[in-house]
Amino acid sequence: MTATISPLSEVTRSDAALRTFLHGLPGVDRVGADARAAGLGTRSIKTTAKAWAIDLAIRMVDLTTLEGSDTPGKVRALCAKARQPDPGDPTCPPVAAICVYPSMVPTAHEALRGSGIHLASVATAFPSGQAPLKVKLDDTRAAVAAGADEIDMVISRGAFLSGRYLEVFEEITAIKEACGNAHLKVILETGELVTYDNVRRASWLAMLAGGDFIKTSTGKVAPAATLPVTLIMLEAVRDFLDSTGRKVGVKPAGGIRTTKDAIKYLVMVNEIAGDGWLDPDWFRFGASTLLNDLLMQRTKLATGHYSGPDYFTLD
Amino acid sequence: MSRFEYAPAPESRSIVKLQPSYGLFINGEFVDGAGSFKTISPASEEVLAEIAEASTADVDRAVKAARRAYEDVWGVMPGRERAKYLFRIARIIAERSRELAVLESLNNGKPIKESRDVDVPLAAAHFFYYAGWADKLPYAGFGADPRPLGVAGQVIPWNFPLLMLAWKIAPALAAGNTVVLKPAETTPLTALLFAEICQQAELPPGVVNIVTGAGETGAALVNHPDVDKVAFTGSTEVGRIIARAVAGTNKKVTLELGGKAANIVFDDAAIDQAVEGIVTGIFFNQGHVCCAGSRLLVQESVADQLLESLKRRMATLRVGDPLDKNTDVGAINSAEQLSRIKALAEIGSAEGAERWSPACELPERGFWFAPTIFTGVSQAHRIAREEIFGPVLSVLTFRTPGEAVEKANNTPYGLSAGVWSEKGSRILAIADQLRAGVVWANTFNKFDPTSPFGGYKESGYGREGGRHGLEAYLAG
Amino acid sequence: MPAKKKESADSVASATRVTAGATVTAPRLAVRKTYKLFIGGAFPRSESGRTYVVADSKGHFVANAAQASRKDARDAVLAARAAFGKWSGATAYNKGQVIYRVAEMLESRRDEFAALEVPASEVDEAIDRLVWYAGWTDKLAQVVGGANPVAGPYFNISSPEPSGVIAVVAPATPTLLGLVSVIAPAMATGNTVIVITDAPRVAITLAEVLATSDVPGGVVNILTGSAAEVAPWLASHSDVNGLDLTGVADAKLALELEQAAAETLKRVRRPAAGLDWTADPGLAPMTAYLETKTVWHPKGM
Repeated sequence: MTATISPLSEVTRSDAALRTFLHGLPGVDRVGADARAAGLGTRSIKTTAKAWAIDLAIRMVDLTTLEGSDTPGKVRALCAKARQPDPGDPTCPPVAAICVYPSMVPTAHEALRGSGIHLASVATAFPSGQAPLKVKLDDTRAAVAAGADEIDMVISRGAFLSGRYLEVFEEITAIKEACGNAHLKVILETGELVTYDNVRRASWLAMLAGGDFIKTSTGKVAPAATLPVTLIMLEAVRDFLDSTGRKVGVKPAGGIRTTKDAIKYLVMVNEIAGDGWLDPDWFRFGASTLLNDLLMQRTKLATGHYSGPDYFTLD
Repeated sequence: MSRFEYAPAPESRSIVKLQPSYGLFINGEFVDGAGSFKTISPASEEVLAEIAEASTADVDRAVKAARRAYEDVWGVMPGRERAKYLFRIARIIAERSRELAVLESLNNGKPIKESRDVDVPLAAAHFFYYAGWADKLPYAGFGADPRPLGVAGQVIPWNFPLLMLAWKIAPALAAGNTVVLKPAETTPLTALLFAEICQQAELPPGVVNIVTGAGETGAALVNHPDVDKVAFTGSTEVGRIIARAVAGTNKKVTLELGGKAANIVFDDAAIDQAVEGIVTGIFFNQGHVCCAGSRLLVQESVADQLLESLKRRMATLRVGDPLDKNTDVGAINSAEQLSRIKALAEIGSAEGAERWSPACELPERGFWFAPTIFTGVSQAHRIAREEIFGPVLSVLTFRTPGEAVEKANNTPYGLSAGVWSEKGSRILAIADQLRAGVVWANTFNKFDPTSPFGGYKESGYGREGGRHGLEAYLAG
Repeated sequence: MPAKKKESADSVASATRVTAGATVTAPRLAVRKTYKLFIGGAFPRSESGRTYVVADSKGHFVANAAQASRKDARDAVLAARAAFGKWSGATAYNKGQVIYRVAEMLESRRDEFAALEVPASEVDEAIDRLVWYAGWTDKLAQVVGGANPVAGPYFNISSPEPSGVIAVVAPATPTLLGLVSVIAPAMATGNTVIVITDAPRVAITLAEVLATSDVPGGVVNILTGSAAEVAPWLASHSDVNGLDLTGVADAKLALELEQAAAETLKRVRRPAAGLDWTADPGLAPMTAYLETKTVWHPKGM
């Protein structure tokens, strides 16, 4: 669906205009969307296609640790793994990025120096976003100043759910400004938005406000990323490109643990948004345990026999 | 071409043990027929097996076997015992589902993902559903002590060979009838495997008889004087012949015939799901579906956008080897059907409609037709009136709900219809006004054993599925 | 049929008149009713201009009834089709009210049917049958339709809907009860009806009942005359959806009609011979001209 918006700035000039626009987007039938996602999930990706997909998926991973117990030591270990996911196989590509809390950014920045791996940080009072705007802006600026070149912000779900769309919009634009040159990923926390109509509206809202990526979840709320939610977001970026000429990336995060799952997402990217999004610049997986499963499957394809977790690093 | 090329993912054929030749299944045994014919894979034109062709005398033998089984065993068996046989059959279909799916795709040309995920599971579900009715018939609303009719003569089409068999045999047996079933000439193999399943289930001999052959065999069955019930699914043309043939007899008849369903998309529809519904509506099973949504009626205000989305979606359809698990559109079932589709498509072009297909490479051998849409179609075009029974969609536009309903109903058919809108009251009002036996609102081509299916007007009469489906097999 | 020299009901009445001061007793000449057709709520003559003689049970001439032609049949189909949309779309409650009103009107006109030699018991049955069907209009959908528990997130419901325009050959006897028994079920289910009958006086008197009972014009159309002549036109008419052969005694004609109906896949009802007209009719007369419509809709938040 390509909504014709001209000019786009018009739709964000007031709360009422924004509301009219977002509620004018085509509805989403949940059962139909679920069925479509499930249908794509039955694609059978084998042999050469699978090998290609696994390497791409590895290159798309935002290797993440977002725990209260995170330490510089833990983050350094993760960075090492990001650079060389499979020490036994130099052909294995590095991941796309490391994703950490702002306090861990200096450590990660140091550990990733010269690797070309991006450094993402969750800012804006992650994961709830329940802090004054000033705090969120400071959080963002601090992370960028410490070396993050990607910021994963959370939207104010409370404001969104109570219909204060302009407030959410303005918050995103403010954060975007605070990012400077850093890429902004806007976390919708779809598990709290609940309906697919909300996911579609929030996707457009984030894109209108200048987000470079739209991201499903913090990983702290269930359900996190699902295939149908990602489907809705992929449709949104596809339609947004059609109507504005600006391309936005998508990042499902949380709950994607297996190669099988990751490949389902890639099939969906391929068939919904198109292969222009089959690139770490435009699609990421927010994940931690996924990487090891990708590595195990990669080894299985290369050697012809199944591998085990003891053969891959735990970090 | 996408950077993500899916490697071939063929389902293994090895699970199917094809025999060089198959006989008729009469009185629990495979016996020779008067003649024979070859059955092929429409995807490769490879000969799969030699099939017995039943003569009038063979059909007579089958009807006699069915009559004996009806009188001596099945018609007098307590419902709860009949039920257990049907449950057994449902289970065996599920157990042998992969084998049935591969065989169906091989012989019919449909994608394995459809035979695996739709045809075979639904066939098993039908037997499971009707099994439960066998000992509850007095509660079905057809009288306190409803009686079976006797011997049912059933003739089924080639588009859903096993599923149509299930739609016919399950309710007939549950109600206490015995059957003689003729599968379509081009797709006999799963019916013959079903005969083997009857043997595994130890179904009493003669309760189910399968006679293979072409139109003459079917005519012999329909016209047999000792057949009490005729059930047919197929073309309206043959339906007329059957209705005429049984006129004046005491045979009870149900006919499930052609269609030219309208799929109506309003401007407030959930567009992405509507596009999926359009694709499912016309390209599911290569469009070899009597209830296919072959006429897209789209509101003018969204027509351009919708068509753009539809074309983009169609470009992702994978046409090819039916046994490849990633195939979305398989082979056309026969050379004859392919030439009919081609002829009507030519007529569409000649009449001035604009033809479009996504770029897709079709295999050299076998029968293939690329997914096709015609835009700029009006009700006066033949492609808007005649059932093409292939992957060809005619696109028409409308301006108001009233116009949509008028165009949708402007056909001698009345099997199914679709309507897409996010407005509940409009959906219900339109559904009320559509003269069609099945109305899919914000969905399309959904089937369930509990849900009655059948048409208005020249799409036939009687219902299959659900409680309603029992009526065709009970005296009342 | 040649009528005997008349001494029928309309001439026996006499009146006493006072003319020019003299009292003269002379028989009053009754005003006869013209028996025409009933199409689209009006009472037209046959377009063919033809009539046929109707006699009473003693063979006395009583009327020149209109003899329907194929063009009258065609007009009746047009009227029935035109009436179908509104009648089928009327609420079940409204249809019940209208049919009940027919029963009321019939009750109030009992004497007219008595004068036509319809036994009182038959009139009783006919009235009661109308009342029975009046009560069915808003119950049948619940009895023959309902929710279907499909294996998926879908709302799925089946409901009965009328087939459309139904052509009926009414039985020769019982005249009134037979007519009511074939018309009422088709009407109650929302179909519109064309009845062919060879009992013009009872049928047209019934038409007068219908015409004064809030039955919308065209819902019931009555053609008097020969089934053998008119029915084939209705059986082969593409805009007729159902054919009721209840009144066709001739097996050869029944076969021909059924074969003609097969060309457009009409719903054909051919009840077994020897019907007990006073017995509970059951659902069959209603379900014969019903289509089951099943509507699916997803259920999702």
